[in-house]
Amino acid sequence: MVLEQYLRDRLQQKNLLLMTHVVCGYPSFDDNWRELEIMAEFGVDMVELQFPFSEPSADGPLFVKANQQAVADGVRPADCFEFMRKVSEHFPFKVLMMGYYNTAFKMGHETFITKLSAAGGCGYILPDLPVEEAGELHTLSKPKELAPIVLMTPTNTDARLKILGAAAEGFIYAVARKGVTGGQTEMGDDLKAFIAHCRQHTNLPIAVGFGVSQKADLDFLRGKADIAIIGTAALKAWENGGEDGLRTFFSGLLG
Amino acid sequence: MSLFDFADGREGYYGDYGGTFLPEILATTVEELRLCFRKCKEDPTFWAEFVELMRTYSGRPTPVSYLENLSSKLGGARIYVKREDLNHTGSHKINNVMGQGLICKRLGKKRVIAETGAGQHGFATATMAARFGFDCKIYMGAVDVARQRPNVFWMENLGAEVIAVQDGQRTLKDAINECLRDWVTNMGDTHYVLGTACGPHPFPEMVSFFQAIIGKEARQQIIQEAGKLPDRVYACVGGGSNAIGIFQGFMDDNVELIGVEAGGHGPDSGLHASRLAYKDASVGVAQGFKTYFLQNDDGNMLETHSIAAGLDYIGINPILSDLWEKDRVRFEAATDEMVRDTLKLVMRTEGLIPALESTHAFALAVAEAPKMGKDEVILINQSGRGDKDIFTVADTIEDDHWKEFIKDKAVEYGA
Ligand SMILES: Cc1ncc(COP(=O)(O)O)c(C=O)c1O
Repeated sequence: MVLEQYLRDRLQQKNLLLMTHVVCGYPSFDDNWRELEIMAEFGVDMVELQFPFSEPSADGPLFVKANQQAVADGVRPADCFEFMRKVSEHFPFKVLMMGYYNTAFKMGHETFITKLSAAGGCGYILPDLPVEEAGELHTLSKPKELAPIVLMTPTNTDARLKILGAAAEGFIYAVARKGVTGGQTEMGDDLKAFIAHCRQHTNLPIAVGFGVSQKADLDFLRGKADIAIIGTAALKAWENGGEDGLRTFFSGLLG
Repeated sequence: MSLFDFADGREGYYGDYGGTFLPEILATTVEELRLCFRKCKEDPTFWAEFVELMRTYSGRPTPVSYLENLSSKLGGARIYVKREDLNHTGSHKINNVMGQGLICKRLGKKRVIAETGAGQHGFATATMAARFGFDCKIYMGAVDVARQRPNVFWMENLGAEVIAVQDGQRTLKDAINECLRDWVTNMGDTHYVLGTACGPHPFPEMVSFFQAIIGKEARQQIIQEAGKLPDRVYACVGGGSNAIGIFQGFMDDNVELIGVEAGGHGPDSGLHASRLAYKDASVGVAQGFKTYFLQNDDGNMLETHSIAAGLDYIGINPILSDLWEKDRVRFEAATDEMVRDTLKLVMRTEGLIPALESTHAFALAVAEAPKMGKDEVILINQSGRGDKDIFTVADTIEDDHWKEFIKDKAVEYGA
């Protein structure tokens, strides 16, 4: 698997990789590009490009606003694929599609997989698509070497984690806590135990997201997880301070 | 014909529609709810407990009334009405809510959340929460808060916290998103009392199960009152809970079932909420389930409009989508204009004040009754009463006395 191998290679050099997130077209594609340049400067390993959706029911306030603004500004999936193509050609990091299932469903599974592959994407994260419903997409993904990213969460039973582990490719997205994106996560024994629990059900690299926002969080995750996912915190930094704000944010995070 | 005999591996699906499309974090909670509901459904004492609660608390069975004046004025079919407006809190929403209250008790949860459009479901949920001793938070689009203040007033005074949702188009769908966000955070102690037969499995089945009480009663009552089964049954369709409730009583009979959606400003206006009667909707997956949605080619949802807040929704009961495709339910739309005229007619000829939602069902029945024979029988589900709509109705009929009253009140409050 291309993505998994890439991550394993990177993990030879770094003990904790970084995945970041931008909402396509918010505040604009130009802003996105400048954010990504800074992310590349700081050696980010993977980026999720979120395709905006009108009903972002798993997102917190900042991403909700970003999704709605982008949709209102007329950002379409075709624009996002085009942007993804430019990004994947230009930047060294790997790119994933992130979004809600209806975006893929409406254009049709085959079209979605074909376009994603053509745009240089390595995989996709569709948090409202449970594995039971993902069979056809997963099958179509295989010949294109696209990784369908599976989420594991602290509320899952062992039986469920086993099913999730069996369906996963690329890496595991471990959701650090209940709730929506944004907000605080306590980096403590519960999270440590949860990551260990995920390990029992997968050999894939584990990425931890939701509420990861500062250097102390990365220090906590080192040695426990393989990848830290920075979402809302980076967008907040961009909103508050533009390029300088985002650079300061990453310097603090990685310093 | 049972709607709920699922094929192997297809639980929660009605033809191609339904299913469960939720973030993984809710998998355990939804499974727990599914199992609890299964147990309750299979336990005859649970249904008996529910019926008894509705008898003593909500005034069930609600009667069926013959509309003699309207029938003779229209000169066609004999028109009967199932009076869900006579429930406590004024609509059918209480059936589902009290049922889910019993489920919530069995789940051992102490807090309930609900979305609401017209406010009837929020009002009913706040009532149930007060009665069962649950904490209660109601999410309501800011647009709906503004147009349904009387229900907001009652919810707050019943002890619920009402949150005006400012995202999206600030109506029902946005309130549902906000409930989902609350639920993924607080599922440990919180039950989500979804108000209509939409959303992820088991909600469509569960809401239909409780609302079936309407059809069970109505079938017996209409035979008694009219001496025969109805030829046609009309119900308005927002999410589609009162409709599936009354339709279930006549599934196996030779009875035509008609769902009436919100036609708003008409078919090509882009200002309506007709998913099946008009051609603007297509199949999609959102808010936890697969059905027809009013959406664009990218899968983003369209703006919807109705004079009736409770019909103003992008999606539709997946069971109804399936029954429509199988030609078991006919779908029609009533425009805002038809609804205004019909409300005036029904008030003046029969002294009934149907909710604007329910008036959609009346509007179609009124349009079709004259073309039917005098020996034919129509049954309309009056899903709720119109008191809550006093501001909207007063606006549209430009009632001068009402305006004066509001102005005086404003002065009294120091405006
Ligand atoms: C009186 C009344 N009727 C009908 C509806 C529409 O809902 P449903 O289609 O689920 O019956 C509502 C919703 O708020 C309502 O308040």
